[in-house]
Amino acid sequence: MIRVSDSADALRPQPGECLAFDVNPVLNERPTHYCPGCHHGIAHRLVSEALHELGVARRAILVASVGCATFTYDYFNVDGLEAPHGRACAVATGVRRARPDAVVFTYQGDGDMAAIGLAESLHAANRGEKITTIFINNTVYGMTGGQMAPTTLVGQKTTTTCQGRSLSNEGGPVRLAEIMAQLDGVAYAARCALDSVKHVRAAKRAMRKAFEVQLDGLGFGFVELLSGCPTNWHLDPVAANRRIAEAMIPVFPLGVFKDATTTAPADAGQAKEAPRG
Amino acid sequence: MNASQKERVLIKGNEAVAFGAVDAGCRCYFGYPITPQNEIPEALSVLLPENGGAFVQAESEVAASNMLLGAAACGIPAMTSSSGCGISLMQEAISYMAGSHVPGVIVNMQRGGPGLGDIGPSQGDYFQAVKGGGHGDHRNLVLAPATAQECYDLMFRAFALAFKYANPVMVLGDAIVGQIKEPVRREPPKDALRPEAVMALAKDWRLEGYGGRGEGAAPRLLKSVYLAEGALAGRNRLLMEKYAAMRAECAFEQTDTNDAELIVVAFGSIARIARSAIRRLRADGRKLGLFRPVTLYPFPAEALRALAPGRRFLVMEQNTGQMVEDVLLALNGAAAVSWHGVMPGLFIGADDLTEPILRALKEKKQ
Ligand SMILES: Cc1ncc(C[n+]2csc(CCOP(=O)(O)OP(=O)(O)O)c2C)c(N)n1
Ligand code: SF4
Ligand SMILES: [Mg+2]
Repeated sequence: MIRVSDSADALRPQPGECLAFDVNPVLNERPTHYCPGCHHGIAHRLVSEALHELGVARRAILVASVGCATFTYDYFNVDGLEAPHGRACAVATGVRRARPDAVVFTYQGDGDMAAIGLAESLHAANRGEKITTIFINNTVYGMTGGQMAPTTLVGQKTTTTCQGRSLSNEGGPVRLAEIMAQLDGVAYAARCALDSVKHVRAAKRAMRKAFEVQLDGLGFGFVELLSGCPTNWHLDPVAANRRIAEAMIPVFPLGVFKDATTTAPADAGQAKEAPRG
Repeated sequence: MNASQKERVLIKGNEAVAFGAVDAGCRCYFGYPITPQNEIPEALSVLLPENGGAFVQAESEVAASNMLLGAAACGIPAMTSSSGCGISLMQEAISYMAGSHVPGVIVNMQRGGPGLGDIGPSQGDYFQAVKGGGHGDHRNLVLAPATAQECYDLMFRAFALAFKYANPVMVLGDAIVGQIKEPVRREPPKDALRPEAVMALAKDWRLEGYGGRGEGAAPRLLKSVYLAEGALAGRNRLLMEKYAAMRAECAFEQTDTNDAELIVVAFGSIARIARSAIRRLRADGRKLGLFRPVTLYPFPAEALRALAPGRRFLVMEQNTGQMVEDVLLALNGAAAVSWHGVMPGLFIGADDLTEPILRALKEKKQ
């Protein structure tokens, strides 16, 4: 439950932060096509800030996926390529192998990455491809109208599980950050949420880390972002934020599951404390 | 290239593909094992790292072909290879390459099908290769080698054409072409573009990070989705223009066609076997010729049509009847066409083709 006083506290600038909105040159000024209250916009902003602050936009190549964020390349001022549904990590592998100096990232939904593209995603991670993957977990297939995703919560109603997802018929939600952390090639795996200022701040730090491990040649960087889809959840944006806090986080715990910059490989898979907000 | 490379080496067609690719400038290979093409990835797993390139054994042909999409979009000569069901799994990425103007090179050493089929020779993927193969309207440039030497030589043309048109190119061999071991001269064909010249063809569209083009350069985007009303129509018209321009690339070989009454039309290994049969029958005074398309798309229709007056044609192919449709379309009634199919998976010799050729000759005399 997010109390107003928490949010107000969190809004105070932290050391090094400025509350005035600055124009980030990595994002262009085109209005996005996302629904009101959708978290794709916040996620874009976080990615762009990481690229800007690390000074790598000029050598960045974005591999877009298929989902609501297919058109993510319309908003980023970087070279971009469209991958077929689920194949972004394979396409990014090709890009990175062809251009070892590029900074390569994919931006994928939960259907894209954890269903149709699970094989490509896990194997790219396992090979330790020097790429960064942003995984938007909104528990539905947003673009096609709210069908069940691999991350749909047990009991959650979608257009293809009108009685609610059942463990016996559809299985349980896939926890990708934990799975990623098991793989030797993964240098950083974290799960963050975009429902509150505190969590967004933590996500910003995780995003930067996920790019830094690529730049340092340590391996695959992965950030899962619990994100709202007010449209297909049939909730207003505030209620959608509340759903993330109350229904999603208990099933998808926040935290850093692997960090090769601080963790010996033997500890891989042990969830660390969430990046603090 | 050093002097020793100019000597002839005894290698398989598949190995010739690998040498040809590296000498033509290929710097990335992505693939998944399948018989009868395994010598290609095996050779490239050694050759590419030696030449500063990257070799990745992918988790599937779906992944391999999408890795190719990514590497080729960067303007780096890159390829994959497979056969049978593996080529089916690549059709998604091939369609995206065509739709996004990306120059992937795909080698298909055909095996028998449908389904898991067998690992013998086949020309059963003709339709899949020359009519597009993936979803939506698209065409691949298709080159059909018949010898190990041609496997080597055509890799140069494959990369040059892929980059010239920013379009997928398929090299369509088969189990015989890939497995046959014969002397190959490892020397670029006289008309071959140098690798730097091939890569220069990509300078206007390759992805490299905008900084590579100087400060303030506009970002680039390669994509195939066009949702705005009318946008996809424009895109498909552009592709049609490109496919029309490709007609300039038609290549074929004709042997003894001048005095021929009957011309055998065949490609790849079957053309080679047919040539032996024709040679024997010509020694007996039969007026036979051979027309061998080297590009299957674009199909050398005009050259074939020019041969039509006063002649008859026999299409020989190792499938249940595919190229014969393109021959019929090309001739459009200008000459009689008969057909002989060798079933996929069979290994045949020239003896197996003499009887059908004699039969077709007799039909003509009736
Ligand atoms: C091969 C293939 N199958 C199905 C589709 C249709 N499709 C488009 S987007 C999508 C689901 C996307 O869901 P997700 O990845 O969760 O992204 P979101 O829209 O929720 O951000 C599907 C199934 C497709 N484009 N390609
Ligand atoms: S459908 Fe959902 S995920 Fe897609 S733009 Fe709308 S709110 Fe965002
Ligand atoms: Mg989703």
